[in-house]
Amino acid sequence: MKPALVVIGNGMAGMRTVEELHKLAPDLYDITVFGAEPYGNYNRILLSPVLAGEKTVEDIMLHTREWYEKHHITLHAGDPVVHIDRRKRIVRAQSGKEVRYDRLLLATGSKPFIIPVPGHQLPGVIAFRDIQDVETMVEAARNHKHAVVIGGGLLGLEAANGLLRQGMQVTVVHVTDTLMNQQLDKPAAQLLQKALENKGLNFLLNAQTAEIAGPDRVTAVRFKDGSEIPADLVVMTAGVRPNIALAKEAGLHCDRAIVVDDTLQTYDPRVYAVGECVQHRSATFGLVAPIWEQARVCGAHLAGAGHRRYVQQSSPTRLKVTGVDLYSVGDFIGGEGSEDLVLRDARRGVYKRLVLKDGCVTGAVLYGDVQDGPWYYDLIQNRTDITPIRQHLLFGQALCAA
Amino acid sequence: MNLSQDNLSVQTTCAYCGVGCGVKATPKGDGTVAVAGDKDHPANLGKLCVKGSALGETVGLEGRLLYPQVRDARGSGSLRRVTWDEALGQVADKWKAVIAEHGPDAVALYVSGQLLTEDYYAANKLMKGYVGSANIDTNSRLCMSSAVAGHKRAFGEDLVPVCYEDLELADMIVLVGSNMAWCHPILFQRIAREREKRPNLKLVVVDPRRTATCELADLHLPVKPGTDVWLFNGLLSYLSRIGAVDPEYLAAHTSGFEAALAAAEVDCADPAAVAKACKISLAALMEFYESFAGTAKVITAFSMGVNQSSAGTDKANSIINCHLIGGRIGKPGMGPFSITGQPNAMGGREVGGLANMLAAHLDLDNCAHRDAVQTFWDSPRMADKPGLKAVDLFEAIEAGRVKAVWIMATNPVVSLPNADQVKRALAKCELVVASDIIQDTDTNAYADVLLPALGWGEKDGTVTNSERRISRQRPFLPAPGEARGDWWIISQFAQRMGYAGFDFAGVHEVFDEHAQLSAWRNSADDLPRVFNIGGLSRMDRSAFDTLAPVQWPVLQHVGVDGGTARLFEDGRYSHPDGKARFIATVPRLPVHPVDEDFPLSLNTGRVRDQWHTMTRTGRSAKLADHVPESFIDMHPQDALIHGVREGELARVTSQWGSMVARVQHGGGIARGGVFIPIHWSGQTSSDARVGGVVNPVVDPVSGEPEFKHTPVRIEQFRVSWHAFILSRSELDLDSVAHWTRIQGKDFARYELAGRNTISDFSEWARELLGVQDPDADWLEYADRTEGMYRAVHVVDDRIEQCIFLSPRLDLPARGWLAGLFAEPQLADADRASLLIGRPLKKGVDVGPTVCSCFGVGRNTICSAIRDQDLKSVPEVTACLKAGGNCGSCVPELKKLLAETRLEIAAHAPA
Repeated sequence: MKPALVVIGNGMAGMRTVEELHKLAPDLYDITVFGAEPYGNYNRILLSPVLAGEKTVEDIMLHTREWYEKHHITLHAGDPVVHIDRRKRIVRAQSGKEVRYDRLLLATGSKPFIIPVPGHQLPGVIAFRDIQDVETMVEAARNHKHAVVIGGGLLGLEAANGLLRQGMQVTVVHVTDTLMNQQLDKPAAQLLQKALENKGLNFLLNAQTAEIAGPDRVTAVRFKDGSEIPADLVVMTAGVRPNIALAKEAGLHCDRAIVVDDTLQTYDPRVYAVGECVQHRSATFGLVAPIWEQARVCGAHLAGAGHRRYVQQSSPTRLKVTGVDLYSVGDFIGGEGSEDLVLRDARRGVYKRLVLKDGCVTGAVLYGDVQDGPWYYDLIQNRTDITPIRQHLLFGQALCAA
Repeated sequence: MNLSQDNLSVQTTCAYCGVGCGVKATPKGDGTVAVAGDKDHPANLGKLCVKGSALGETVGLEGRLLYPQVRDARGSGSLRRVTWDEALGQVADKWKAVIAEHGPDAVALYVSGQLLTEDYYAANKLMKGYVGSANIDTNSRLCMSSAVAGHKRAFGEDLVPVCYEDLELADMIVLVGSNMAWCHPILFQRIAREREKRPNLKLVVVDPRRTATCELADLHLPVKPGTDVWLFNGLLSYLSRIGAVDPEYLAAHTSGFEAALAAAEVDCADPAAVAKACKISLAALMEFYESFAGTAKVITAFSMGVNQSSAGTDKANSIINCHLIGGRIGKPGMGPFSITGQPNAMGGREVGGLANMLAAHLDLDNCAHRDAVQTFWDSPRMADKPGLKAVDLFEAIEAGRVKAVWIMATNPVVSLPNADQVKRALAKCELVVASDIIQDTDTNAYADVLLPALGWGEKDGTVTNSERRISRQRPFLPAPGEARGDWWIISQFAQRMGYAGFDFAGVHEVFDEHAQLSAWRNSADDLPRVFNIGGLSRMDRSAFDTLAPVQWPVLQHVGVDGGTARLFEDGRYSHPDGKARFIATVPRLPVHPVDEDFPLSLNTGRVRDQWHTMTRTGRSAKLADHVPESFIDMHPQDALIHGVREGELARVTSQWGSMVARVQHGGGIARGGVFIPIHWSGQTSSDARVGGVVNPVVDPVSGEPEFKHTPVRIEQFRVSWHAFILSRSELDLDSVAHWTRIQGKDFARYELAGRNTISDFSEWARELLGVQDPDADWLEYADRTEGMYRAVHVVDDRIEQCIFLSPRLDLPARGWLAGLFAEPQLADADRASLLIGRPLKKGVDVGPTVCSCFGVGRNTICSAIRDQDLKSVPEVTACLKAGGNCGSCVPELKKLLAETRLEIAAHAPA
């Protein structure tokens, strides 16, 4: 009998790890997957285009039920695991189903952070995390007018854009003066804001939400300065929290997330974890690129070919709003000892900034013209000495190669 | 719009050098002027050089002085437009007052070889016959007064014996102190074409620099500056020693030979000593001497390198001596030949427009001559002593002896030596009047009264070229604004002074009076002069208008069809004894020797595509490309010694002043010297006015300044950044340490360098370029730590201006960006490349322009030579057109060919 691998979380990280494992050892385990959502695995990153009406749910499915069958993977979709008994090496699902494991992979992802202001539990206040949320939003757009998105980060802007495309009047509320402040510097953020305003989005910056108001459904959002705006739908996109309740309850060592080593192993040698629920060398993860890398390393270890080590690397961000090209990677703010190359063409909507340190690129913010993003990313990854091409660097790879 | 106007071409004469080429100008319906060489003009037979070809680009009205203006308060006062009556009345009142209080010598005219003969005539008549002072001098003083003095001493009259055709009839041509390839290109091409037919025509160039002219030479003698008299004294001595003497000619037609030979033999009898003094090889010297001795038909053409010297007159005479000894004069294909710089230098001499001449080749210091002229003019008085020559004049102004000066068609704040002294003088002068065609010049900044004159294409009259050929300059454009001809301005002024004799009904009447005066009492038994154009007198307006180019003398009996190709065919000269005089010339070095503090010798001159202070050629984008900025050409080893580097800025300082320009090599200058062009003024550069550096030493006879030698030192001009700006609007760059303005097509280019630390590039650049609007379409690139900044301002999808700045000399080439100014709209691809400064697709960099006519760059030429294995200039021309029009660049093509072929040979497999 083959050893048993149980995967908790039917998301991108978990399934990618299974795929990586399959590449190396297709028949090593009997695999069982538990997922909270009643679907096969889909590409969560592409929820924005689904919301915007540019893609359908079918378009973003990564693994259909047929795929699981074909690979002899047992899938329990819509049946989240509620308990892990590490001593007995058994997991128990909500349905009461219990499955024994030899190896356990935690890929529980993260939960949206709902700001606990008064009224946050009112109907019409949602997050933007899964297909259900998208459906709620599409539904709301049919019957309601005013949407407020709280949180002007990557996800918030994509949600706002989607709601706008669904025909709503959308206001993005952001607590600082810079949109996407995790990825953009101020000039780029301003260009972005302008471009999105031109598309029809409204913005309230430096706005602290005080209360979500409404008798039985949300009707307005009120701010600390006393002002308020009408709202029929409130989407909270103020960040995520790693989903670690299950792990904690199982006694796995957690900090902000499930702590793993360079092999993605938790403190229990039988238990691995990947994705947004892990903390590696005090970092947590939200972008897809490092998670693909984690899956690759973790898959190899599960396959018994344990020679890979996970090394953190900066990873680029792109905003998926049609007509807005944006690319951000690495340390785009800079600081002591770092240098800046800046190019602006406001009319053409182009802004590019590279941060250099010790003759290497350490960060890039590209707005409007992102063609060279991957090249800069390579330069960052490879720590290429750019001194000889410094003068032409910001003008792109084509020129530097010429 | 009258389309038939397109067919109305007007035959006129070029505004530039002393070759005096015929030009056919055709005003077009759209306001432009098409310019072509006049095939019927004997000087150029249809050819034009690059400057002449671009004349049409210089007739626009931007920057023109169009109305009389008066400055309200001295110094900072602003100019106020007034009527001609008010302006001239004000000047006349002041002149009357000054003359009444201080005498006629307290006023002066400073005029120009740019004036037409009629203008010159009226000015000279006014000063000498009516004001009663000879204080009229001209910028021709800076140009050929040494040749004039040499001619007068040798021939008894200011006479050029030869004609251009003699260059084609000679078997040997010696060019002394003449970069003819650049400064008189059409003459040079006549020589070049003749040499293609007759390769045996020997060309010798005597010049401290290895100029473009040397590319065609069989022999280049790079003499030490100022040693020409050694060279020609040595030649005289050599010719005498080997018996290359024409004893009959000496006896019959010359005097003073023994004294001249004795003087020559003091230092110059030994060729080895001469070679040493001139710092050339003995072999080269002997080759020159032997060729000269062995060739009957020799032309020695000389120019500023001879004239602009404290021994300029002696240099001219030492040359003439060598022609007299063997009788190499007065016959086809031989003789000394002064090539003048300006379009009407000779016309000015004919009318006596110099402080030491009278009129019509009559002498100021001869009582009978003065009486004759006064009688002819019927004038109230007559100057009876020489007036102040250019340099002395401005010293007298500063000293307060001259209270009022009227400057016509020249820019002494730029062109005179010790030019900062000229500024001081004008600032002190009680009344400065300037007649000009341009509003803003360095000199006009000091004017109390500005008078708008007519420019080329508008003015009407005659000029005389270097071969004594009188040609018409005819108008083909209307007088702009209230501009008037200089003769008219002078006549109007004279009338306000209360002088009779200036009621000319038209310019032809001025010419007629001049022609009559030339024939006045001009007979063997009275006051004989060779200069006689009596045959051109009594022409009515239509005869004057149809006057064909003719060489003087034109005698009464031969009429307008006459004319004289060459002089002295009968061996008769203008001295009373009818003989030519040898002049004993004792060699002497320039007045100010180089020393420890000022170890280098400054030489000045022209570049190929510019003219004088660039008020006209500077307006042509085509002409700006060849040499966009002023430069300091020097030997690389000197640069090393003095701590300056090619491409960087340096300051050149003499006892008199200093200036800043970019160091370059490759101008063919020997160690110990630097060469700086004369063209840049305060209007075109922050600090490249070489006139301020030149020593005010003059030749004791001619009064011509020593422009070709001033002791200077050179030092690094440190800057912290370099930049260039291309802009559709004019910018005020006074806050920048160094700048040069270069005319482009539809834009101005500025090359800048600064010493200041710029804390916020964006803010600084916006302020400099005057872009206040925060929402302006403004593209920028900044690398703060490297100190690099680039910005482009776009208006309505057109490039409006751009600035590129770097701490190093690594700015992108200007050509591609400049080309965008002609585009009605920026293409997307171009816009994306703006801040790169070149097309993203790796474009071909054509390199600096060599052929201005066809806009062919150096790199294009070199790669064509390499890729297509071109072996000769005609092959290059056939392939690229370069050199096929005016031919001014042929010497450079030749040099490029030689260099590139050498390169090919070096890389060829053994």
